[in-house]
Amino acid sequence: MSMNYDAAVAAYEPTLGLEVHVELNTNSKMFCSCSTEFGAEPNTQTCPVCLGLPGSLPVVNGKAIESTILIGLALNCSIAPFSRFARKNYFYPDMPKNFQTSQFDEPICINGYLDVEIETDEGAKTFRVDIERVHMEEDTGKSLHVGGSTGRIHGAEYSLLDYNRAGIPLVEIVTRIVPGTGKYAPQVARAYVTELRDILRSLGVSDVKMEQGSLRCDANVSIAPISSGKLGTRSETKNVNSLRSVERAVAGEIERQANRLESGERIIQETRHFLEESGQTRPGRSKETAEDYRYFPEPDLVPVTPDADWIEELRKTLPEKPSLRRKRLQEEWNVPAKEMESMVNAELLDVVEETVKLGADATRARSWWLGEVSRLANEKEVAPTSLITAPQVAEVIALIAGGELTDKLARQVVEGVINGEGTPREVIDKRGLKVVSDDSALMVAIEAAIAAQPDTAERIRGGNIPAAGALIGAVMKATGGQADAAKVRELLLKHLGQG
Amino acid sequence: MTNIYSTAAQMSAALATKEVSSVDLTQQHLDRIAKVDGDVHAFLHVDTDGALAQAEAADKLRAAGGAISPLAGVPLALKDVLAQKGIPTTCGSKMLENWRPPYDSTVVTKLKAAGVVILGKTNMDEFAMGSSTENSAYGPTHNPWDLDRIPGGSGGGSSAALAAFEAPLAIGTDTGGSIRQPAAVTGTVGVKPTYGGVSRFGLVAFSSSLDQAGPCARTVLDTALLHEVIAGYDERDSTSINQAVPDVVAAAKRHDVKGMKIGVVKELGGDGFQAGVSQRFQEALDILVANGAEIVEVSCPNFEYALAAYYLIAPSEASSNLARFDSMRYGIRIGDDGTVGAEEVMRATRHLGFGPEVKRRIILGTYALSSGFYDAYYGSAQKVRTLIKRDYERAFESVDVLVSPTCPTTAFKIGEKADDPLAMYLNDIATIPVNMAGIGGMSLPCGLAPEDNLPVGFQIMSPVMQDDRMYRVGGTLEAALVSKWGAPLLSADTKLAVK
Repeated sequence: MSMNYDAAVAAYEPTLGLEVHVELNTNSKMFCSCSTEFGAEPNTQTCPVCLGLPGSLPVVNGKAIESTILIGLALNCSIAPFSRFARKNYFYPDMPKNFQTSQFDEPICINGYLDVEIETDEGAKTFRVDIERVHMEEDTGKSLHVGGSTGRIHGAEYSLLDYNRAGIPLVEIVTRIVPGTGKYAPQVARAYVTELRDILRSLGVSDVKMEQGSLRCDANVSIAPISSGKLGTRSETKNVNSLRSVERAVAGEIERQANRLESGERIIQETRHFLEESGQTRPGRSKETAEDYRYFPEPDLVPVTPDADWIEELRKTLPEKPSLRRKRLQEEWNVPAKEMESMVNAELLDVVEETVKLGADATRARSWWLGEVSRLANEKEVAPTSLITAPQVAEVIALIAGGELTDKLARQVVEGVINGEGTPREVIDKRGLKVVSDDSALMVAIEAAIAAQPDTAERIRGGNIPAAGALIGAVMKATGGQADAAKVRELLLKHLGQG
Repeated sequence: MTNIYSTAAQMSAALATKEVSSVDLTQQHLDRIAKVDGDVHAFLHVDTDGALAQAEAADKLRAAGGAISPLAGVPLALKDVLAQKGIPTTCGSKMLENWRPPYDSTVVTKLKAAGVVILGKTNMDEFAMGSSTENSAYGPTHNPWDLDRIPGGSGGGSSAALAAFEAPLAIGTDTGGSIRQPAAVTGTVGVKPTYGGVSRFGLVAFSSSLDQAGPCARTVLDTALLHEVIAGYDERDSTSINQAVPDVVAAAKRHDVKGMKIGVVKELGGDGFQAGVSQRFQEALDILVANGAEIVEVSCPNFEYALAAYYLIAPSEASSNLARFDSMRYGIRIGDDGTVGAEEVMRATRHLGFGPEVKRRIILGTYALSSGFYDAYYGSAQKVRTLIKRDYERAFESVDVLVSPTCPTTAFKIGEKADDPLAMYLNDIATIPVNMAGIGGMSLPCGLAPEDNLPVGFQIMSPVMQDDRMYRVGGTLEAALVSKWGAPLLSADTKLAVK
């Protein structure tokens, strides 16, 4: 390409728009009682309703309504006292009724916003992303097109259909266009999806796993010459399966569009697919001839009319905003931003906070979870929180603080707990890992060390404190590491008249 | 002697005293079907073994002295638009040839729970679209009064089965008159309950906001007994009304209309109505006056637009409801020779699977919902619908029920209107407003038109969830007419075209 990203954003002003689809984690589907569990045998979680069999009728999942209202409230939306489902009509084999029950001109949540902060050349800056609407709909089934080179229906030898996903509750969150991001459009897009994901996770309404498709992002991007005051033709990039991809996809589209315009071509309004390997997008369906979905109010469902008191009750249950919570914890714990980010990305913020609440020192709690526990979890390819609990880690930290364990012994205790040998106390007893804290026993070892290295002892008596290291090391070795090094140091120095 | 000419109430009483067994009664009806249905063609499927098994079960339950519903053991004919597990459910369409639902509709569940014996599935216009059953893919049903004439539609199979004494009870569905118009032209009784009064779960949708299943029989009381069995709130149908079912059986038995105010709808009579129809209607009014009712004329000015609005709303919903018939999951599949794609197979299947009337309405509905036309067509039609509701509400402020002839004419000849859809549509001019407003409507016979000796229907309309009112008026009128005639219109002595 002739024009790189920096040149592109020097000449063109990008405009963003983001559509995020979230699979709710309700136990049952949007309009029937089928299970929503991920990964079941194909077509085992279906019934006449989600298969769209003749005569079947939908019934709205109340939990899905509640989750959607919570999302709307967390995104500062108004909750419509009256909203309706609508049918979106189009033919596709993985859609059992050949219409999708969605919401059209009467969505449940409207007019919200989400503030996101990014690092700019001038320091941290907040961008407000306006939310146009949050609405409910049902997911489609999944098609697997076998044979053919593209993996698409055209050219396939045959297709397999799995309707387990058909009817899973989806919430679509649509932003208004986000102008004025300039060259930071990719970062703003990423920060928005990140913050949104964190909010959804804190609400407990979705698994928000981009790689499993429970959170999907479509990025709308257009560009126009800087200061033209115009909006360009937009493309809609799909298949963006990670936070990093959101950023790359937006940057890639800005660059691609700039190069097209530079070479005198026009931008085609179309769907594009993000290619993970190259960071490029490839063309999909053209939207130049807009498909007519023939929306009309779903006659099989009654309007959604949530009670105002209920909405206020739900509002009271909203958790602390993740961005504010992170700021608060960062201050309370006094940790660098980078470390905070590591905890968030490792999904360990909750468990670290719980461990701290149980009395553990924040720095120690963080280093245990991010360090030893995460290392063992990586080895076993499981989540750290599935190995050990916050109370157990807190207990280990308390034992260290109380001088009953050294860091080295504590690692063995943690390993024992993970191996199922019992509580930290039980592991200590079974493995006999108690710190040698009996002063007289330690003194025997200290005197033995002095006797073995009389010269070193003499230097310490003469005021050379750093020389104590050699004697402490010898004592530790003699006690098999079961002594508390700080205690050894204290006793040694005192004995040599330096305490 | 209890036999096929008895009423359902009489059969119920005879079963209770064990004068007759359900197996015997069921066999009599199966014999009758075998004898006359070659000429009438009321049934698409006769479930001989299933019916006899249900009859035996009902007899056993009765012998064991178990708590039993009044209609336990009484045979019934089911319109082929309602899903019955394991029994072919075609909706009169080639599209669903041999489709056997894996589930029961709520109506069938209730019938089975009450021990009603389901003899089989009755013929109908394809997907309930029509007024003559000529649109059935399996050939027309013939009117037992005159085999060259139509039995009404879409539920002509159910009404003909009643008139030909093939069944004492039947289930119909009514979207624009498909229960009441067939009842009128066959001299039987049919009730479209309040919309939401009977669950639509398992009723293969034509127009979701208008469809309503209802009871059919030869007497008002029998209709009420069946109404009581199938009505009531169903959590699987979001549009079903969560209120107690009015006591329709008591109302049917009351035989008293003293002090009731009955409104004659000015717009549903006069010009365009057959002379004999108007005459019998007037005589019925005189009888009601003689029984103490007060008759007033009521104007419903917006009814003029009901037919036009109906033919926008019903086809619009149908175009979406019938989209699911794409050969992917059930029903017939045409053209799948391995050389063409899914889209071509869908197209070929829909081309050959749907009849001309269904296609006409799908095209009409697709057009009416199209972007750019939606407001002018579907939107305006919904406004008319609101105006029609208001006309009714205003009328019911001053009268208890409204009445009119059910249809402008008696049964017309098969083929007479087949090439003139508009003339066919006009047959439903007096029944359609009821569906548009979601209120209750009944048709009962009020005599034979002098000019052609064919049955005339008298329509009674009652406000939402006040269905008992039409039973009260209908029961009174029926008793007075039978006493005047000396026998019911349909009895063992009636001169039918089938012996």
